[in-house]
Amino acid sequence: MKECIFEIISNTKLADNTYEMVFAAPEGEHGVTNPGQFVNIRIEGYFLRRPLSVCDWDEKSLTIVYKTVGKGTEAMSRMRPGEKLSVLTPLGNGYGTEALGERPLLVGGGAGVPPMYGLCRTLTEAGRKPVAVLGFNTADELFYREKFEALGAEVIIATADGSEGIKGFVTDAVKGLEYTDFCACGPEPMLKALDKTITPEIDGYMSFEERMGCGFGACMGCSCETKYGYKRICKEGPVLERGEIIW
Amino acid sequence: MVNTKVDLCGIQLDNPVMAASGTFGYGYEFAELYDINVLGSFSFKGTTLKPRFGNPTPRIAECSEGLINSIGLQNPGVDKVISEELPKLAECFDKKVMANVGGFSIEEYSEVAKRLGECEQVGWVEVNVSCPNVHHGGLAFGTDPQAAASVVRAVKEVVRKPVIVKLSPNVTDIVSIAVECEKAGADGISLINTLLGMRINLKTKKPVVANKMGGFSGPAVFPVALRMVYQVYENVKIPVVGIGGIRTAEDVIEMMLAGASAVQIGAANLTDPYVCRDIVRDLPEVMKKYGITDLKEIIGGAHNG
Repeated sequence: MKECIFEIISNTKLADNTYEMVFAAPEGEHGVTNPGQFVNIRIEGYFLRRPLSVCDWDEKSLTIVYKTVGKGTEAMSRMRPGEKLSVLTPLGNGYGTEALGERPLLVGGGAGVPPMYGLCRTLTEAGRKPVAVLGFNTADELFYREKFEALGAEVIIATADGSEGIKGFVTDAVKGLEYTDFCACGPEPMLKALDKTITPEIDGYMSFEERMGCGFGACMGCSCETKYGYKRICKEGPVLERGEIIW
Repeated sequence: MVNTKVDLCGIQLDNPVMAASGTFGYGYEFAELYDINVLGSFSFKGTTLKPRFGNPTPRIAECSEGLINSIGLQNPGVDKVISEELPKLAECFDKKVMANVGGFSIEEYSEVAKRLGECEQVGWVEVNVSCPNVHHGGLAFGTDPQAAASVVRAVKEVVRKPVIVKLSPNVTDIVSIAVECEKAGADGISLINTLLGMRINLKTKKPVVANKMGGFSGPAVFPVALRMVYQVYENVKIPVVGIGGIRTAEDVIEMMLAGASAVQIGAANLTDPYVCRDIVRDLPEVMKKYGITDLKEIIGGAHNG
């Protein structure tokens, strides 16, 4: 982890309350190696940084997709290309893609969709055939469907109000699908419901959210108890193995 | 050339800048970011007799110019601190470290302080009688002068190194507590721990942190900390370590003028992990700007004399 000062290349509205921010990051300076890692961004006027998952990255740039959930992220949404931000990066463990099988199921709910994109890209580049289930409240919140499809992944959309794709939750959409293992990111009730829905023999990896102080392991603000002992969501997480999670 | 060296209870520090307990882990994680030997020292995560998971989450709430934390003394317990954390620290830190001791009874304080005090790396034992986040202990000892004094006496009996007592601002008269700690044999006073605070989420209409209340710290508390350091300095002869809201070299100098022999930086580490390094780097330049050549000469300089 290090502090980088990144210039904003673009900051675009994708859907209701949802924005994509792309940073210039020369020579892969962001250090991101795994999908599911996150960065912690300082926003002028707010004491704590904002921890946001990495959506995608390459040698020259870093992309995050964020929802405006409070004043800090609303301030972010008003930022313009050319502005510079202090970013702590890379943070957290992310998903280990080596261990995944031929056809991983990727489940993203709302603000949990972005890290699934970087994961989907990594997997398709490695020759796997992922199936992505993306859940939203309503069609107006839908984003990135075409981008997932452009990677060659099978994409299934679920909306709670039925305005797009399957009517219902991601747990409804995963029924009947065939897959080797799964990765998920979304609100904790979604993750819990998914864990109940998917047969216990299937390996899975889930990314968790928690209110953080520092984001890099110093303050113990985001600790959780797992079957393997105490873990910090920011340091030993945010991705936990299905078998270690205590619901 | 300016001199940033200060003395804290007979141990010379290259500079007065220390990281505060609970914001710097056991040091080695920050050593991945910079050489932590540039610091005067730091106080490691509050350690108790048994391992503690701490409080339920959420444990953090943002505030204007600060945050509320309700960690609840999460730590691996004194056995693991001695067998695992301190050896890891030894690989990246050559100086004496301050051992922060938490407890729920006088016996626990005494036992943990004794064991940590016996460690070669430990220069000072900082007794935390001021944690606002645990029940039946911590703060209960820090809000009553006699109770605080009895912890100090018990710890002094078993520790041969300087004992510093970390005081709470959540009291009506911090001076009387500091004075009793001094009488009981304390070698130094550090202050302030966090202010008891609270935030409520307007959407859920419930407190943000699971424990409802927590400790408020950050730049917003600096004037309160400065005032308390000023008051305590006037009434004790032992050195005072100033803590609370410091984030710049200017803040360090201001705290020393109020009476601090050394300072600790807390909340600022969480938002800027390089802040302690940068303060140490900036200190000589800021000293020159204000015509200070020897930092130890300004300690308490704001008092009439």
